[in-house]
Amino acid sequence: MSDASMNTTPSKAKTSLADLSDRTRRRNAAEKRFQAYGIGAIAISLFFLIVLVFSIVRSGLPAFTQTVLDVEFVLTEEQFNDAEKQLFKTKAYSGYFNDALTAQFTEAGVSVPFDAKSIERIAGKVGGTIREFYRENPDQLGQPTSFQLAASSRVDAYINGRFTRDTFTESRFLMAADLDLVDAMKTSGIIKNVFNWNFITGADSGVDNPGGAGIGASVVGSFFMMLVVLFLSLPIGVAASIYLEEFAPKNRFTDLIEVNISNLAAVPSIVFGILGLAVFIQFMHLPQSAPLVGGLVLTLMTLPTIIISTRASLQSVPPSIRDAALGIGASKMQAVFHHVLPLAMPGILTGTIIGLAQALGETAPLLLIGMVGFVARGYPEGFVNGFVEPNSAMPAQIYTWAARADASFYDKAWGGIIILLIFLLTMNIIAIILRRRFERRW
Amino acid sequence: MLDDTNLAETTVANDDIKIAARDVSVYYGDNQAIKGVDVDIADRTVTAFIGPSGCGKSTFLRCFNRMNDTIDICRVTGDIRLDGEDINAKSVDPVQLRAKVGMVFQKPNPFPKSIYDNVAYGPRIHGLAKSKADLDDIVEKSLRRGAIWDEVKDRLHAPGTGLSGGQQQRLCIARAVATEPEVLLMDEPCSALDPIATAQVEELIDELRQTYSVVIVTHSMQQAARVSQKTAFFHLGNLVEFGETTQIFTNPKDKLTESYITGRIG
Ligand SMILES: Nc1ncnc2c1ncn2[C@@H]1O[C@H](COP(=O)(O)OP(=O)(O)OP(=O)(O)O)[C@@H](O)[C@H]1O
Ligand SMILES: [Mg+2]
Repeated sequence: MSDASMNTTPSKAKTSLADLSDRTRRRNAAEKRFQAYGIGAIAISLFFLIVLVFSIVRSGLPAFTQTVLDVEFVLTEEQFNDAEKQLFKTKAYSGYFNDALTAQFTEAGVSVPFDAKSIERIAGKVGGTIREFYRENPDQLGQPTSFQLAASSRVDAYINGRFTRDTFTESRFLMAADLDLVDAMKTSGIIKNVFNWNFITGADSGVDNPGGAGIGASVVGSFFMMLVVLFLSLPIGVAASIYLEEFAPKNRFTDLIEVNISNLAAVPSIVFGILGLAVFIQFMHLPQSAPLVGGLVLTLMTLPTIIISTRASLQSVPPSIRDAALGIGASKMQAVFHHVLPLAMPGILTGTIIGLAQALGETAPLLLIGMVGFVARGYPEGFVNGFVEPNSAMPAQIYTWAARADASFYDKAWGGIIILLIFLLTMNIIAIILRRRFERRW
Repeated sequence: MLDDTNLAETTVANDDIKIAARDVSVYYGDNQAIKGVDVDIADRTVTAFIGPSGCGKSTFLRCFNRMNDTIDICRVTGDIRLDGEDINAKSVDPVQLRAKVGMVFQKPNPFPKSIYDNVAYGPRIHGLAKSKADLDDIVEKSLRRGAIWDEVKDRLHAPGTGLSGGQQQRLCIARAVATEPEVLLMDEPCSALDPIATAQVEELIDELRQTYSVVIVTHSMQQAARVSQKTAFFHLGNLVEFGETTQIFTNPKDKLTESYITGRIG
């Protein structure tokens, strides 16, 4: 080797360190170019991310607000007794409401003609709501009470700018004249936008009432499903990976199992859905639409993810650690549980949370076991019922809303996506925190 | 070449046989790394394995505590007896064997735990300490024997992986002696140590010889001559020569041994 170099450069000319040779220059240029590609790639993905977040937030925010008619109202005991004596009781309450409204208009210096019919088109049957309130809270009689009455979905759409007077088509649900009234209510501060707690805590509503729809019940459904997934797939997945990685003999059979686990990770989730339908519902007769079944199906789906990431993190633990433990007479199991597993923990937890996050956002398998389209009108009663009572899940609820005819449900779907993303983000943050906590150098 | 070593001091060898290996061969897949080796490791004696890199010293050493079991493709044949008992017998649990036959590896491999826990781990899993104070004693004694106590006594709860390479190796020695093995296998324990630490480890080896049998792999002829009473010279998987250290270094019978210890091959 030394001979060769002596032959090719008999007398090497002295060069300064400051002169860059052509080779170095080309190498540096290539490095610069590569860095530019990298920055470009990051910029493009950031751009898409920003567009995505922006459009989600913009479309989703209306779901979190609600248009209400805020009316200050006093009902005396005589008025109450009077109304209760009448034949059309709710009509009497509507009358009181209209009087209060007129008073509020005059106070704000606005004058628009309106009748009970237009009020009904804007805010629904107000009389019924008021009557119910006073029958339940008779002590409020004679006290000034402020009512927040949900406006109809069309008024909501008009206030949120989803249509204007120009694009408005008159129907029996909302007339052109009603828009004047709505405008007047808005200028006099009667119509307001308030935060819609019901969207976060409430259950789904019927197809004709987008204003009342909430995602709360399906959050609970998702929660119970995730409990099932976590408590089944984590122990099963970790046990399976530890066995395969540390104990199983390496032979044809274990190779076959390994290949199949990798394949399972690539199986479309809807396949797991139909399997769940066939096995859990049709064969084992577990209740339909139940988070328990959803959780079982998602466990099947999550297991390969957890097994693959657990095995990868077990493999990344240096073999010298195992030798060290075995060398002082630890059993294989002690070596694994005392030394290997703690080092693999960050990877295992990350894999598990990624698996859970995937499961949380999964819709297709739920379609087949009846959790999509199910209208969860209430919360499950008690912890155990949470698993077996029919419920929906967040992505399934979003899918259901997006498929409904009323455009207001579309807002709800976007709002639901915001909630779903908040949950996913939280899970990722937990993953990062756990990883930091368990990470140790070796 | 060996003028500076005090061979005379190390001539006392023991005749009780601790480990007897007969016709031991080791295969990595189809590749035979050890070819039918017979060796007797005497009790209360230091035996040195020398030989060029890749000749199979580590491989052979690992047969004594069945660490080769952990390598899937590795296969050991032949007969190895510890105090007359076949260590490869079905009834022998390698875990129990390894508690009796400790090992220090070629590369330092402390656990990513505190220095204290590194040393205390062995005594803990073997139930050697009755109380916390007992365990503290064992840890201190072992770290002293590993010639590292003075350097770490103020940071016993710092991670063992934060030590320098040489300190890590001495920690591993301390960890190995903490379980009070009957035989200690040391695979180049001093390759990362400075002369002072090396001298301390050699002192430890000499001290261990009073009670245990020590097998040490080394690339340093001087070290082999200094610490061992018996020396085995390996070449390409064969045991070329095995005998009293003084004899091997002053009057080798084999041409190959002679050229190795005088530095002509290696
Ligand atoms: N895990 C293994 N898989 C396959 N072959 C191996 C393995 N370990 C060692 N060998 C082979 O066995 C032979 C002996 O290796 P060994 O490590 O015992 O040598 P050594 O004498 O300890 O060398 P050194 O002095 O460099 O440590 C070498 O040829 C090596 O390639
Ligand atoms: Mg070696």
